[in-house]
Amino acid sequence: MHPFFTQSGRLGVYLLGWIPLTAILGGLLMLAGGLSLLEAAALATPLGLLYAFLCLSSWYLCRAFPVDSARLLATASALAVASLVAASLWLLSGTTLAWVLALFPVFETLPDRLAHAGPVVFLLGVLLYLLVLAMHYVLEAAEAARGQERRAAELRTLAREAELQALRERLNPHFLFNSLNSIAALVAIRPEEARSMCALLSDFLRTTLGMSERSSISLREELALAHRYLAVERVRFGDRLTLTEDLDDSAFDVAVPPLLLQPLVENAVKHGIGAHIEGGILSLVTRRRGDRISIVVENPADAGSEKPAGAGIGLANVRRRVAACWGDAGHVDAGLSNGRFRVEIELPAGP
Amino acid sequence: MPSPLLGAVLVDDEALARSLVRQLLAAHPDIRVLAECANGFEAVKAVAETKPDILFLDVQMPQLDGLEVLELIDRDAAGRPAVIFVTAYDQYALKAFDANAVDYLLKPFDRARFDRALERARTRLAAGGAPPALPLGPRGAPLSRVVVKDGVTVTVLPVGKIDYVKAEDDYVLLSSGGRNHIKKQTLASLEVALPRERFVRIHRSYLLNLDRLARVEGSATGAFTAVLIDEARLPVSRAGAQRLRALLGPR
Repeated sequence: MHPFFTQSGRLGVYLLGWIPLTAILGGLLMLAGGLSLLEAAALATPLGLLYAFLCLSSWYLCRAFPVDSARLLATASALAVASLVAASLWLLSGTTLAWVLALFPVFETLPDRLAHAGPVVFLLGVLLYLLVLAMHYVLEAAEAARGQERRAAELRTLAREAELQALRERLNPHFLFNSLNSIAALVAIRPEEARSMCALLSDFLRTTLGMSERSSISLREELALAHRYLAVERVRFGDRLTLTEDLDDSAFDVAVPPLLLQPLVENAVKHGIGAHIEGGILSLVTRRRGDRISIVVENPADAGSEKPAGAGIGLANVRRRVAACWGDAGHVDAGLSNGRFRVEIELPAGP
Repeated sequence: MPSPLLGAVLVDDEALARSLVRQLLAAHPDIRVLAECANGFEAVKAVAETKPDILFLDVQMPQLDGLEVLELIDRDAAGRPAVIFVTAYDQYALKAFDANAVDYLLKPFDRARFDRALERARTRLAAGGAPPALPLGPRGAPLSRVVVKDGVTVTVLPVGKIDYVKAEDDYVLLSSGGRNHIKKQTLASLEVALPRERFVRIHRSYLLNLDRLARVEGSATGAFTAVLIDEARLPVSRAGAQRLRALLGPR
């Protein structure tokens, strides 16, 4: 369906543009055919309107023959033929209309005069058709550019939304409150530890704040952040939190969006360690396999065995960010295996 | 008059959090720490065994949370133990009020805040006879599990495993897989808290899990009986029959 019919505003503007063109037609009829003003007006107005709609058909040609250097000759010939056909049809309609009008005495001489103006009208028809055709090409190009821009903007918004979300979760106030409480406890009994925990906590927060400004960081930096976070949580949970790692450093230089792993690590602590009386083992694994890298975060499965409530939000966030950055090339797999909850992010290692 | 010696039990899954409370208590010679508990199960046991005057209770704990612990411990007529909630989350304040806690300490807190909570506890205990706790109403979402106590053993019952609930004065009897558990709660309050589409009040004294219903039998006298999958038979009142019909459709 021609876009002008789905966007009525456009059609109105287009038809308005045909008013001067119709006037030109009228003028030409008077000059070349010697028609009177009345005759020219009576003929030109309906013909102008008719051709306005007829020329809209060039849109289909525009779509069928996109600008493509390979088929330039074929395209040009097709368009030339189309304009000749359109102009001919137009002239034919004009002639028919003239004969109909001739039934009225005041328009008796119209058909003859039109015959004189015939070639000129035909030429005008061809030109007008090509003009409208050109208009369609321009409009299509503009639409394509707009579409691309729209997609790029969407992607940017999605990435920013995800980062904002991650940031909101990052500055998790309850993490802060619990950590501060632990520091308060340490101050009197293990003051050195209290001081180092203050420093660890500040480091973590400072790094987090700095990261939100950047669009990508290395996996090395992301893991360092996770380590700081886990160091703080280690103080809180004591022996309940055991961290095992198997990190392949050939994966470290890969660029990832900042705070990609944080929601996963946080969930792992909350649902894997915090939810278990005895705590358990949290494991981090990174691997490089050729041109793909894999990051795995694993924790003891929530004793309730159903999918833990909070993990849904954090995981959805990670999925969206991976999709926004890598599209189909990135995968996020989450599920239970051997009584442990496992999330694996698989990414291309390239830029 | 010398202030009486009070006993306190500290419940928090974080050792450091417990340590902090212990440190702050050191300045109060009239209070003695009777036990420290790292989870809800230990807490229920410790409260039953040591009968503390004051209970410092964390809310977010693995498997059994602080509110569930509160459901399970017996508070005597004087409202002992006085409960002080200690938590990083402020969303439990209303529930603490419902449960008639003495105070609600938000982590991290300082000595002044702590001492004030302790003063409230002392006042409450000295006055004796605190009003009984309000029955724990629905927490918003329907319960997915019910916690019960047998002596000092705590059992967590997923609602799916409950066959039916029978009223017994101030208590209810929860029947699950042929075993019975007792809980100090009214049938009415439990009815409101359990998922409505699953549990039906078939009788003034009975709440039935619809998944366990095999059939309903009528008798010549017009009385109805619900027959469960395990052949147990429960009486159904007229109102109960109406409710069943509404939920199950005409049979």
